[in-house]
Amino acid sequence: MNDYFWLGTLPYISVFVFLLVTIRRYRIRAFSYSSLSSQFLENQQHFWGSVPFHYGILVVLGGHILGFLCPKAILSWNVAPLRLLVLEVTGLAFAVLTLVGLANIMIRRLRFPKARRVTTAGDWFIYCGLLVQVVTGIAIAVHYGWGSSWYSTSLTPWLWSLVKFSPDISYIAPMPLLVKVHIVNAFLILLVFPFTRLVHILVVPNPYLWRKTQVVIWNWDRKKIRKSAD
Amino acid sequence: MVFHLDKCIGCHTCSVACKNVWTDREGTDYMWWNNVETKPGTGYPTKWEDQDSYKGGWVTDGEDLELRSTSKSKIIPNIFHNPAQPSMDDYYEPWTYKYEDLFNAPEGDDQPTARPVSMVTGEHIDVEAGPNWDDDLSGSEVYAKNDVNMDGLNQEQRAQMMAIERLAFFYLPRICNHCLNPSCVAACPSGALYKRGEDGIVLLNQDRCRAWRSCIPACPYKKTYFNWSTGKSEKCILCFPRLETGQAPACFHSCVGRIRYISNLLYDADKIRELALLPDDQLVEAQREMILDPHDPAVIEAAKKNGVHDGIIRTAQKSPVYKFLKEWKLALPLHVEYRTFPMLFYVPPLLPVMSSTQGDVVRNEVDELFGDIEKARAPIEYLGKMFTGGNLGKLRYALRKQLAVRIWRRFVTVGDISEDKAKAALAEADCTPEAADEIYRLSALATFDDRFVIPPFQREMAIEMLEDPHDHRSITGFGSRMAPKRS
Ligand code: SF4
Ligand code: SF4
Repeated sequence: MNDYFWLGTLPYISVFVFLLVTIRRYRIRAFSYSSLSSQFLENQQHFWGSVPFHYGILVVLGGHILGFLCPKAILSWNVAPLRLLVLEVTGLAFAVLTLVGLANIMIRRLRFPKARRVTTAGDWFIYCGLLVQVVTGIAIAVHYGWGSSWYSTSLTPWLWSLVKFSPDISYIAPMPLLVKVHIVNAFLILLVFPFTRLVHILVVPNPYLWRKTQVVIWNWDRKKIRKSAD
Repeated sequence: MVFHLDKCIGCHTCSVACKNVWTDREGTDYMWWNNVETKPGTGYPTKWEDQDSYKGGWVTDGEDLELRSTSKSKIIPNIFHNPAQPSMDDYYEPWTYKYEDLFNAPEGDDQPTARPVSMVTGEHIDVEAGPNWDDDLSGSEVYAKNDVNMDGLNQEQRAQMMAIERLAFFYLPRICNHCLNPSCVAACPSGALYKRGEDGIVLLNQDRCRAWRSCIPACPYKKTYFNWSTGKSEKCILCFPRLETGQAPACFHSCVGRIRYISNLLYDADKIRELALLPDDQLVEAQREMILDPHDPAVIEAAKKNGVHDGIIRTAQKSPVYKFLKEWKLALPLHVEYRTFPMLFYVPPLLPVMSSTQGDVVRNEVDELFGDIEKARAPIEYLGKMFTGGNLGKLRYALRKQLAVRIWRRFVTVGDISEDKAKAALAEADCTPEAADEIYRLSALATFDDRFVIPPFQREMAIEMLEDPHDHRSITGFGSRMAPKRS
């Protein structure tokens, strides 16, 4: 495996494609910017897939982002063994939750003909990608423990070196294959992200919490029209 | 909008007109933006009036107004799975028939049949429900008995309504009410739903809808629908392309019973919130209060100051809706207690009184030809639950006046009722002979121009001046610049 390509070049390709296509898709095909819900077609099993998956992945992803943004905080939290253990166990629990949710989602989409009807090849592609990601993640957590610490000391500097446009893969080149697969797969998911239903993550409706309750739209300036008619 | 229920013959022409124009695409196959249900009955989707399970509309404690389904604080925990979300089973699974089997079946001893197949999966299904499955099934154990509006009735009244020789029913055609306080709009996390300022039509921007589907439980009338194929919600658009060119919406235009009236009203939007806090039985009056008198010089002045065009004020003055609603107080909102202030009003049905047969002679049980509204076959409490938020006074007023108009017209045309008696009936119902004649004319003889007084919006011109109509298409709730393909 050519480490430099996978760990030093692929991330740039992924981020570039991600930015270009998400923006283009939003501007040209805003209509397609959502996830095609199947709850309407199958409402019994939906809960057991969607809810554990989403809560699980939000926490796990949040942990990864935290480790990237403030590695020092994580490391100082981890100085006490008990606290390290709490962090690890929490991470693992939510990862398992994600896996259970994802498995339920995939089984449900296979089992119910109506749900199958609205599942595309792109969906399967992304489900498989996520499955690989979650399974390798859990395997890493089990085999190479204390990931919250070594992530902060090795992966974070590498990620920052990417951000600074001077990729330094020496931090992670000696890592075990499993970890590399996890990393490369993550960037592959990012690469296909803008072409799939995952774009719905980018349109979380935060303005709802502070907008006015009712929305009224005028298509003309009333006062002006009135004047020109008078 | 006004629907005159005494005139609806339950022919479903309106539903079919709408379906052919707007919802014959994949994903919309199960939607009926206009549907006609039989009351008492469970309706479409099944038991839509049961807000304990669907969580539609607003609730108030007298001080605050909150959505029953997804208030801003409740949306976060429910975001990945909203338990109040209806599923296709609550409506029905759309189906078609394998017609080609009729032609392609090999020769044999049996007639070939066209089996029903699901329009979702294409597989064979046993059809168990449809959009009007309870049609004319009043008194049935499955449908009528489960009508949510029966809940308030006592045992005796319930038994009465189910008794075979007393069965009565009426039709209830329903479209989106284009409410003044729409809960669908308030519930949309993406801000995709909006009310148009010019004409009050509630639309859903297809480009901004992100399939949260919050509008679907939130609308107490279940008049926003989820398109399972495009993953976007859709709703009645009141045929705005027709309205903008001076034509009535397709369902109004095609109505065989000529029960439908449409025009614009002037109203005071600032009062909505405050009035929505009132108790149930005051809401009918509150909504009427919000609607302003278009002949009042002060109102005209204020409207002009707010940029309302003369043409629009003129149609408001000629509005048949205003007459039914404010002048005669005959029209009532459906389930006003949901507090969305629906802008579709119903003239309640005057159900026939009991009659019985003795030998070959049909006899009215009451001496009077038209009987007594208190003895009508559908208990007044039942209608009160549907149309006046339990305020029976408002309902009696509307029914009594309709009855008085019939008595008066009987005197005028047949003459077997004395003038004194007819006049007394009118006086008792707070009506004059002139008003009675006008009610009669607008109810029975109204032409297209009387029923549809459409304001001159000339909206398409305004849009053309401001932006590219092609770009505009997708934000108006129907149509899109791209094929609705998903990836
Ligand atoms: S009836 Fe129409 S306007 Fe009213 S809440 Fe339902 S969808 Fe919205
Ligand atoms: S077309 Fe008119 S008369 Fe016929 S069902 Fe519809 S509303 Fe009733």
